[in-house]
Parts: sequence; C-alpha cells; structure tokens
Amino acid sequence: MRPFAYQRAADAPSAVAAVAADPRAVFLAGGTNLVDHLKLGVAAPSLVVDVSGLAVDEVEELPDGGLRIGAGTRNSDLAAHPLVRERYPLLSEALLSGASGQLRNVATTGGNLLQRTRCGYFRDTTVPCNKREPGSGCPALTGHNRYHAILGASRECVATHPSDMATALVALDATAVVLGVDGSRRVPVGELHRLPGDDPTRDTVLAHGDLITAVELPAPFGGRSRYRKVRDRASFAFALVSLAAAVRVRDGVIDDLRLVLGGVAHTPWRARHAEDALRGAAPTEGALRAAADAELLDAKALTGNAFKVPLARNALLSVLRDLTDIAPELEEDA
Amino acid sequence: MEADITLRVDGEERVVTVDTRTTLLDALRDRLGVTAPKKGCDHGQCGSCTVLVDGRREVSCLSLAVAKDGAEVVTAAGLVDADGPHPVQRAFVDNDALQCGFCTPGQVCSAVGVLAEAEAGWPSAVTAPGATPELTDAEIKERMSGNLCRCGAYPGIVAAVREVAG
Repeated sequence: MRPFAYQRAADAPSAVAAVAADPRAVFLAGGTNLVDHLKLGVAAPSLVVDVSGLAVDEVEELPDGGLRIGAGTRNSDLAAHPLVRERYPLLSEALLSGASGQLRNVATTGGNLLQRTRCGYFRDTTVPCNKREPGSGCPALTGHNRYHAILGASRECVATHPSDMATALVALDATAVVLGVDGSRRVPVGELHRLPGDDPTRDTVLAHGDLITAVELPAPFGGRSRYRKVRDRASFAFALVSLAAAVRVRDGVIDDLRLVLGGVAHTPWRARHAEDALRGAAPTEGALRAAADAELLDAKALTGNAFKVPLARNALLSVLRDLTDIAPELEEDA
Repeated sequence: MEADITLRVDGEERVVTVDTRTTLLDALRDRLGVTAPKKGCDHGQCGSCTVLVDGRREVSCLSLAVAKDGAEVVTAAGLVDADGPHPVQRAFVDNDALQCGFCTPGQVCSAVGVLAEAEAGWPSAVTAPGATPELTDAEIKERMSGNLCRCGAYPGIVAAVREVAG
C-alpha cells in the first residue's frame, strides 16, 4: 500500500475543498470498498479525507411525503428504519440482500452508490484494464466474464455495477444531493451512473471533489414492489441478475410501473422498453413475455454470460407475475 | 504518515502510534498484541476478523485504525467477564460449533452482534416484509452468512446461536 496523508473532515464543505484541491485525494466513509482497493493497489491516493465523522446520518420525512436520507446513514440502519420498512420496502429488501451483516453495519448510503465494479480484472493490478489504465485493454471480453454486462457495454469495458441499493433507488426515482466546489446540486440516481462508452474510468457523472451528502426519495410510488436477486449462493454474493420492480394496477390495467435490472450493465438498468410495453396494458402472460423480450432484444452476451439473457427474462416474468397475480403458464418453446 | 490514536480495547484504554495505512485488524494484532480477531482473507469476505466496534459487529480488516480513533472495540477475548465465558462462547462449546477454531472468535463476535440486532427488531433478507424477526434457523443462517467456516461446523454454529437466542 502506498503511503498517504489522512485528514478528518470538520464539515462537508471543507472535505469537498480538500479533495477538489488534490487530484489524487479521495473521500473515506465506511471504507469497505476503498480500504480493499488500497490493499489491492487499485486505489493509490495521496490524501484520504475521512467524512465518516460528519453527522450526516439522519433519516427524516420531507414535507412532500418523501424521505431524506443522510449520505452517512449505514446500510443496516437504513434497512431497519421503520419509515423505510413501511413505505419503501423495496429499498429495505435490496439493502438486506447485499453484502453481510458486518459490512452493512459500516457501509454508508453515499459509499454504496459509489462502490466500484467487482470485475476481477479491474481488481487485479497485474493485468490490463481500461477502467484502471485507459487504453491497456479489456481481458474480460474473452476471459472470465460470467458476471459481466449484457446491456449497454462497449468494446472498452463490459463491467457491471454491483450495488443492489442503487438498483432499488433508481426504481424509487431517488435523487442524490451533491455538494461540489460550486455549491449543492441535485442528480437523479437514475442519471448518476454512466455507461462505459469510450471512457470506462468514469463510473458516474460526478466531478472530482463532488460529495454526495444525502439521497432523497419522493413520496411512495404505491402499488406492490419486489426486489429479486439471483446469485451463485443463497447469501453474501453479488447479483448475477437482480430486479427492482414496482407495479401499480388499477381497474385491471397496469397504471404505472418501474423496472430496474441489476447485474447486467455498467449502471442500474432501467428497463424502459419493458415499462413502455406494459404501461396501460392489461397484465397477461403474453403481455409480460412481450415486454421482457422487448427489453432484452438488444442484449449482447459475451463468451461466458449468455445465461444472463434468459435469467433476466425469467426474473422479469416471475416477479411481474407475482406482482400482478398472474398464474405462470408453461412455455412450450422454452 | 503516522498518527497517535486511542482505542478502548476489551475494556482497557490503549494509546498507540500507527501508520495511516494500518487497518484496525493489524493495529489490534500486530501493535497491541490482541490476537483474538484472526486474519483470514483480509478482504472482508470471510468474517474471521469480526469484532464489536461501539457495540456493532464489523470486519476489522476493512477499516483504517486511524479512522477508528476513540472507538470502543470488543474482541472475542473481551467477551469473557468475571463470571467466565460469554453465553455465546459457552453455547459454541456445548454445541460443537467449531473444529479447528480459527474462525471461532469472529463467529462468536458476529453471533453476539446478531443477537443484539434481532433484539432491536432489525429485519434480514429472509424476514417477511414488515414482520418482527425471530431467530429461526433460516434467520440465523442468513444473518451469519458473513462468517465462513472451512471445517463446516455450520450446524453446530446455528444450534449454538439458536440456544442463546432461546
């Protein structure tokens, strides 16, 4: 591990100023991702600015019926918060499906949003990786890519975003409150992460020195919701495919819905094609299949992850059937 | 860079100078001689370094010691009091919840955390939405999933936690 200076931030503005002033400075919150990266050599900062002592862990109701979550709120506290369990069970389910009890006790809301990909090549400094070293190449294209993207990837990078919480937050139409050197601004969580394109080094639209200070949820979407996570073992594993779904049925018709896939792209993947196909439609087996197929029409499998396409389709189908009370039908062609 | 920090470890105040790169686990083991927490994977994946920090279970390998200045740390060794071993430790012995014992200090600290979390009504991934959790075998397995045991003493570990949960 390379030597670094450590500084405990007195307040958020001074933390932002300190990181913005040094291109090799980083924020430290829970540390569950950063400290791992320090050990691996994936991160080699000159300065670590500790924001874990800032008292930004309040969860409070907003006048519009929404919820403001301080960025320092620990994942376990957020998942167990009575207002979250009652009004946003999707968020609680997603948080509890991620990591382990020990990690959730430390990991913060802001840090969870900004956690980096678990791609094995990104985490191994002895091999090329365009995300770590631009232009060095992407061994995942032909290597071990079981966990990699099937949607929105580029030739430069096929890594996936690992957060369950972020996937749920996109479905809940959450907004990140971001403090930068020029003041505070609001970034929808659905626009926070970016596809790799030709610059996979940037996971998000944030500038160096930007600090997430809170996440705000609008008033509950209503209807029914579910977080479904498919993984290699029953607990404490990253998603192969996950789905955050919320559906409102009124008068026999899907009034509105939100579908966000996790584990399939460089961002939480808002399944807009499937949503558009189902909004205003009667929930039938045929409609659900057509919607899932529409979403996955552009899916591109790599050498080792073709299974993710039917897995994502089946996740969409099984969750949507549950949420709209449709009995599953056997597929003769499946 | 070095920093002077104060930790309260197993009830005793300890002042130590650490390199800013030192993890809490390495500070405990290498600088303070507190070897109850074990270094297994050193990447937060095995749970053998689990300790209680300000009453909550954490993996000590993924935090910087300097960031824990002022914290109260309890390791498996510190769970023992004047009456002898902690009820969780007794239950581990009574239920054959270990073979080699390497993961056990982490398992025990994690179990103490699990009991407190369930007592506080915290849900897990297997708790029905809105329900008050009870420590069934399924709940114990889910909540203890951050602690691996290569000897495979899991049935005994689940039994031990179940016994203390009552």
